[in-house]
Amino acid sequence: MTSEQQYIDLYHEAATLIKSRSCDVMNAVRDEAFDTFRHTGFPSKKVERYRYTDVDAAFAPNYGISLSPLTVKPSPYIYNIKDAPIDVTPYYHKIANSADAITALNTALAHDALLIYVAKNQRAEDPIVVDNWLRGTAATMMNRRILIVMEQGAAATVIINDHAADKQRFLTTQVMEIFCHDNAHLDLYEIEETTPLCSRFSNVYIHEGRDCTVKHNSITLLNGQTRNLCDVHLRGENSEITLNGCAIGSASQHIDNNTLIRHEVPNCTSRQLYKYVIDDKAVGAFAGKIYVEKDAQHTTSQETNANLCASPEARMYTQPMLEIYADDVKCAHGSTTGVMDEAALFYMRQRGIPEAEARTLLKNAFMGQVIDQIKSEPLRQKFYVKVEKRFRGELDKCDDCRLCK
Amino acid sequence: MSESNEFVRQVAEKKYEFGFTTDVHTEIIEKGLNEDVVRLISQKKGEPEWLLQFRLDAYRYWLTQTQPSWAHVHLPEIDYQAMSYYADPTAKSKEGPKSLDEIDPELMKTFDKLGIPLEERLALSGTAVDAVMDSVSVKTTFKEKLSEKGIIFCSISEAVREYPDLVKQYLGSVVPPKDNYFAALNSAVFSDGSFVYIPKNTRCPMELSTYFRINARNTGQFERTLIVCDEGSYVSYLEGCTAPMRDENQLHAAIVEIVVMDNAEVKYSTVQNWYPGDAEGRGGVFNLVTKRGDLRGVNSKLSWTQVETGSAITWKYPSCVLRGDGSQAEFYSVAVTNNHQEADTGTKMIHLGRNTRSTIISKGISAGKSQNSYRGLVRVGKHADGARNYSSCDSLLLGSECGAHTFPYMDIHNNTATIEHEATTSKINEDQLFYCNQRGISTEEAVGLIVNGYAKEVINKLPMEFAVEAQKLLSVSLEGTVG
Repeated sequence: MTSEQQYIDLYHEAATLIKSRSCDVMNAVRDEAFDTFRHTGFPSKKVERYRYTDVDAAFAPNYGISLSPLTVKPSPYIYNIKDAPIDVTPYYHKIANSADAITALNTALAHDALLIYVAKNQRAEDPIVVDNWLRGTAATMMNRRILIVMEQGAAATVIINDHAADKQRFLTTQVMEIFCHDNAHLDLYEIEETTPLCSRFSNVYIHEGRDCTVKHNSITLLNGQTRNLCDVHLRGENSEITLNGCAIGSASQHIDNNTLIRHEVPNCTSRQLYKYVIDDKAVGAFAGKIYVEKDAQHTTSQETNANLCASPEARMYTQPMLEIYADDVKCAHGSTTGVMDEAALFYMRQRGIPEAEARTLLKNAFMGQVIDQIKSEPLRQKFYVKVEKRFRGELDKCDDCRLCK
Repeated sequence: MSESNEFVRQVAEKKYEFGFTTDVHTEIIEKGLNEDVVRLISQKKGEPEWLLQFRLDAYRYWLTQTQPSWAHVHLPEIDYQAMSYYADPTAKSKEGPKSLDEIDPELMKTFDKLGIPLEERLALSGTAVDAVMDSVSVKTTFKEKLSEKGIIFCSISEAVREYPDLVKQYLGSVVPPKDNYFAALNSAVFSDGSFVYIPKNTRCPMELSTYFRINARNTGQFERTLIVCDEGSYVSYLEGCTAPMRDENQLHAAIVEIVVMDNAEVKYSTVQNWYPGDAEGRGGVFNLVTKRGDLRGVNSKLSWTQVETGSAITWKYPSCVLRGDGSQAEFYSVAVTNNHQEADTGTKMIHLGRNTRSTIISKGISAGKSQNSYRGLVRVGKHADGARNYSSCDSLLLGSECGAHTFPYMDIHNNTATIEHEATTSKINEDQLFYCNQRGISTEEAVGLIVNGYAKEVINKLPMEFAVEAQKLLSVSLEGTVG
C-alpha cells in the first residue's frame, strides 16, 4: 500500500499550479478532498465495493499528470465550468461521495471541468456529443470532471465517447455528477472504446427529483481495466432510473461495474440490465445493490445480470444485492452465468454455418438485448455494427476516430 | 380491524414456550477466559495431550483476531471475560451418569417438558437422542442398538476417550481451528456435542438427534458436532435447541463438521429455537455458528435443512465443499425474524469436483422490527467442469418497520458452469388475502396459510416429526404480525 505516496507528493508539489489553472468553485473543496484521500488511501480488496478491482496496483505505475486546459468547441449546452452560465456552487461536489478515495483524488487533482447545462423546459433536439481523446507521448493520468445539470422540464440525450489516440498507457479517473430537477429527462450513453493499455476509474452520481426519467447506458467495447461505479439517489416521487450495461472482455481485460440505487421516496421505479461476454483470460465483475429506505413504499425494482463465459480461463464475479426496509415493494433480481447453448451451435453448424461464425452470432444475439434498449434508431444500428465488429476482433482501434484517419 | 388488534395483543403477550429454567445443581467454573481455563476444561474432560494442544493453538490464534463485523447484524462487542465457559449439570454423580436412574430427576423433567424422548419408554418414537445441557451431554439413547450395526453415536467427550483415532483424524479437518474468529473460540473451549460415525455400506436405521439446551446463567455454549459418513452409507441427523428467558444475552458458538465419503448421503436438519429476546429486544441468544460439510467422495450427497425462528442474532452459513466428482449439495432454509431479531444467514457452495450440483432454496420472513438477510456464496473452481447451481432466495415482509436483504456472491472460474440466481422481495399479496377473506377465512388465518404455503418447499424436506414442530413454530413466531 504505497501507491498513495506518489499522489500525495504530487499534490504537495503541484497544488499551487493546479489551483492557478482552476477556478474558485473547484479550489474551494480541493484541500479537503486531498485530506480525505491522504487519510483513507486507496481502498483494498477488503472494502466491499472494491473487492473485485485492485486499485492499488492500477495506480502504482508512474504516470505524468495532464494539466492541459479543457477545450470546448462552441456549442449549445456544453461549457467549460469556468464559463458556466449558472452558479455551479450548489452542484459541484455535492452528491459525489466525498469519502470515496477515487472521488477524493479526482477532486484534489482535477483542474478543469465540463458542464452540460440544459435550461428550464428546453429540449435538446440533437444528441449532445462529448468526445474524449486520450493523447500523450508518455504514460499519462487524466482527471476528468463532468457536471450535468438538467433544469425543470429539460430533456436531452448525451453521448460521451472515450477514445485513445495514442498507443500509450493512460489512467483516467472520472467523476460525473448528474442533477435532474423535476420532470427532467436524460438519456446518457457512455461508450468506452480505447486500447488494452488504458485504465479507467469512473464514478457517476445521479440525483433525481420528481417525475424524472434517466437512462444510463454504460458500454464497454474495448478497454484495459475498467471500473465503473454508479450511485443513484431517487429523491422525488414517480421517477424512473434505468441502468443498462454491456461489457465485452477478451485478452486480459478487466471490467468491474458497481451500482447502488437508493430509493429514498415512494413510487419510484428502477431497472437494471447488465450483460457480459467474457472471453480469453478476461475478468468480469458486477455488483449491484438496490437499497429501499423505510418510507419508499410502492417501489418497483428489477435487476438482471446475465453473463456468458466463452473460454475456460474467463472469470466472472457477480453480486446482485437487495437491501429493503419498506414492506410494500416489488423487488427482484436475477443473475445467470453460463456457456453457449451447444444445441444452438450444433443446429447452426448442421446448416453449414462455420463454428466461429455460429459463436459470433450467438454472442451478438446475447448482447442484442442490451442494444435493443437504445431508443434512437441510428444509434442502435451503429451499436449493432460496433458490437459485431468487436466480436470479430476488428475493433482494434476506434473506428470512427477522426484523428487516426 | 379492532378484532385483529385484539389478536395481535394476545399473541404479543404470548410467551416463549421454552423459557423456563431448571433448578439443578450445576458445577460452573469461574468466569473469564485464559489459558488456564482452556487447560481446566481439557483436564475436566480427561483429554489426551494432543487435544489440549489443539485447544491451546486455537486459543492463541483467537487472541490475535478481532470480532468480525461484516455481517448485517448489530453484534455488540462481546465481553468474553464476563461469562463462564463450562457448566456441568450432571456434576452430582462424579463419574457421569451410567443409567437414567443416576440422572438428576430435575434434569429428566426438563427434557420431558421439552418433549425430548430420553426415556426408553419412549422407544417407540424411533429416534436416538443425544441430550446436551450447558456443557455436558446428559444422555445418549439407543447407543447399544446402534452399535450392533457398528454405528457410533455418542457425545464427543466420550468419543475422545473411546475412539481417539477417529476423532483425531477428522476433528478440525473440515472447519480448521483458524477458520474464523468464532471457530477459533469454539476450538479452544468446546465442551460437548455429538459424534457420529456410520461405517461403510450402512443405512442408519433411525433418525439421530441432538438436543441442545442452555440452562445455567452467564454461560456460553460451545458445542461441537462431528459426523463422518463412510462409503455408501446414509444418515439423517436432527438438531434442536432452546434456552431459558433471560435479560442478558447468551453466547452460543458451535461448530458442526460433516465428512461425506464416496456414494454416502447425509441429511442434516435443524430447528433452531433459541430464546429470541423479548418484544423490546432485551436478552436472547447470540447464535454464531460455523457449519460445514466436506463432500470428499464421488457421488456423495449432503443436504442442509434449517428452520430458524429463534436467537436474538443469528450468524450462520451452513456450507458445502463439493470436492468429490458428481457430488450434490442442497440447502433449504426458512428464517423467520420478529420483534428485534436479526438474522444473517445463508450458505456457501464451493464447487471443486467435476459435474457437481448444488441447489439453494432460501425463504426469509421478517416481521416486527427485525432484519433478515440472506448471504450466500457460490464459487466454481477452475477444475469444476460442468458445475451446476440453482439459487432462489425469496423474502417476505410483514410490517413496515422490518427489513429483508439479499447478498449473494457468485465467483465463477470455469466456463462450463451454469449458475442461476433469482431473488424476490415482496409483501403478502393483497389479492390472495382478499380471496381468503371472501371465503370466510380471517386475515390472521389467511396470513398463516399463505406463509405456510410459502415455506412449504423447505418444510417438506424436514423429517416428519420435525416438520410438524417447524410448522407450529412458524405460526407461533408469526401470528399477530399482521393486523
